[in-house]
Amino acid sequence: MSDSGSAQAGGALVQPPPEMGGAWMRRQQMGQRLLGRTFLYLVLAVLTVVLVAPLVWMVSASFKPEGYVFEYPPRLIAEQVQWWNYVEAWNQFPFWRSLRNTMTITIGVEAGRLLSASLTAYVFARLRFPGRNALFLLVLSTMMIPYHVVLIPQYILFRDLAWLDSFKPLIVPHFFGGGAFFIFLLRQFFMTIPRDYDDAARIDGAGTFAILWRIILPMSKPALATVAIFTFMAEWNDFLAPLIYLNSQEKYTLAIAIRQWQQVAVWGAGAYVPPTWNAIMAMATVLTIPPVVLFFFTQRYFIQGVVISGIKG
Amino acid sequence: MFWKRSLSLQARETRDAYIGLLPFLLGFVIFTAGPLIYSFYLSFTRYDILSAPRWSGFENYARMASADETLWQSLRVTVIYTMVAVPVQVIVGYAMALLLNLKVKGLSFWRTAFYMPAVVPAMAVAYVFSWMLQSDVGLLNQSLRAIGLPGPKWFGDPNWVLAAFILMSAWAVGGTLLLYLSALQGVPTELYDASKVDGANAWRRFLNVTLPMTSPVIFFVFLTGMIGTFQVFTVAFVTTNGGPGEASLFYLLYLYRTGWEYLQMGYAAAMAWLLFVILLVITLLSLRLSRTTVFYEGAQE
Repeated sequence: MSDSGSAQAGGALVQPPPEMGGAWMRRQQMGQRLLGRTFLYLVLAVLTVVLVAPLVWMVSASFKPEGYVFEYPPRLIAEQVQWWNYVEAWNQFPFWRSLRNTMTITIGVEAGRLLSASLTAYVFARLRFPGRNALFLLVLSTMMIPYHVVLIPQYILFRDLAWLDSFKPLIVPHFFGGGAFFIFLLRQFFMTIPRDYDDAARIDGAGTFAILWRIILPMSKPALATVAIFTFMAEWNDFLAPLIYLNSQEKYTLAIAIRQWQQVAVWGAGAYVPPTWNAIMAMATVLTIPPVVLFFFTQRYFIQGVVISGIKG
Repeated sequence: MFWKRSLSLQARETRDAYIGLLPFLLGFVIFTAGPLIYSFYLSFTRYDILSAPRWSGFENYARMASADETLWQSLRVTVIYTMVAVPVQVIVGYAMALLLNLKVKGLSFWRTAFYMPAVVPAMAVAYVFSWMLQSDVGLLNQSLRAIGLPGPKWFGDPNWVLAAFILMSAWAVGGTLLLYLSALQGVPTELYDASKVDGANAWRRFLNVTLPMTSPVIFFVFLTGMIGTFQVFTVAFVTTNGGPGEASLFYLLYLYRTGWEYLQMGYAAAMAWLLFVILLVITLLSLRLSRTTVFYEGAQE
């Protein structure tokens, strides 16, 4: 903290001899600066420990034998490292199938959103047509409508289409626009691409949509990556919609399957027993790893998402 | 000749535009506008999903206004949670960003550490906290006991259960960090220099430069935060499912129960509309408020 205010106050308290004032003041200021810096890093370190601790304990508990999970004072690594907590947990419910279901839905949503959001964004970024501003306002206004308000009618619609207990209700809507936020984000990015590229392609005889496909999209990989990453995060976390739409166990996503397993308990030793905390922590770790790892490696796209959308309120 | 050609170009552009917008427009009608209107209609009916909806006039709304204690409880829970969790998000997140904006070394390390909890899936957060906040053997209460403090029962105590939820949301407060940091870094240094020349100290510079220049983002975090806390579902469903009693019955949890467990879709639709209106009012009020409190660069005239 380059806090000249308090440095002056300190200087005023102890009057330095006038002949050596300059050097004395400077040393005083530097000392205070060092103190401030040390304090700053101390605060940052404490915050980091507090924020990361729950995750560390989650992973640590997932490797502990059952009896050690609540041991106090807690040990980071128990005497026995029990990696098979994981194997036991995912043998108790259709883990791999649920994971595959989550991935299938995610890939479907990615395809739908990347295609249709970039198409919509491109129209607003490049084409001039009557009603453009009003329609763009319409796109933005859909951001105001909470998903839960349309949830019930959508549920009825999908029931009437006999789409319940399938992935369709979770995937198909994303092919129709892909969501206002993503349209907006891509439009902002497309507008930064110089129109000269479009013009050059047009002279070569490319039509409107060929320009999108051959010029704009290849130049927008960072923005498309941002959309893809945000989408993965959202689908991996999604809970309410799969809970409502998927009824049979073979269709469950990973989050729903883990929830079911944790709640309904498993058949073991002749009776229903709830899963132990070390097993639950193992599954919580499994749920946490993909988004955290993805975040580690793609941080710049997160930052870019913020920068491109240029949120100003 | 030239005029005619440019007209046909324009006509073609318009045609292409509407072709390109077709998916969005269809989606808007089928998945947004249609459902919005239909759910408004449903809110005036009794509908158990199995038989056709039956018109019931204002029955659902009358029930909401007077007869349904649980609805008011769920609103109370949601509002209390919002009133604590959102300010924490706005203020603590901002404070974190201010610290990181002090030209610290290893910025990306700290930023990663602070932001990370925000990318942990809600389900994992729910499990980790319900384990750490176990009343007798949980890590937090054992630690509190070690320093002589009695730990509350957290998820088991109706008076403390919301505190546990607030703790969970506070843990992920770093999710606001990227927005705040990009805003702070966007404040032009000339403004700080000018302010220094005027003899302003660090606190004054913060009040007169930093705060107004970043107020749009503070406002954005505040607004989206409120919209988010009104739609809490997963963590509550997984940890307490509304309990103990109805002490953590968040609004959406009750809506889900009404619709998908009690099969009262008409009433659930009315609840969804109430939620919509509440969020709309919050948004419009905040936008109005923002006109006097938020500084938009270049927008002042």
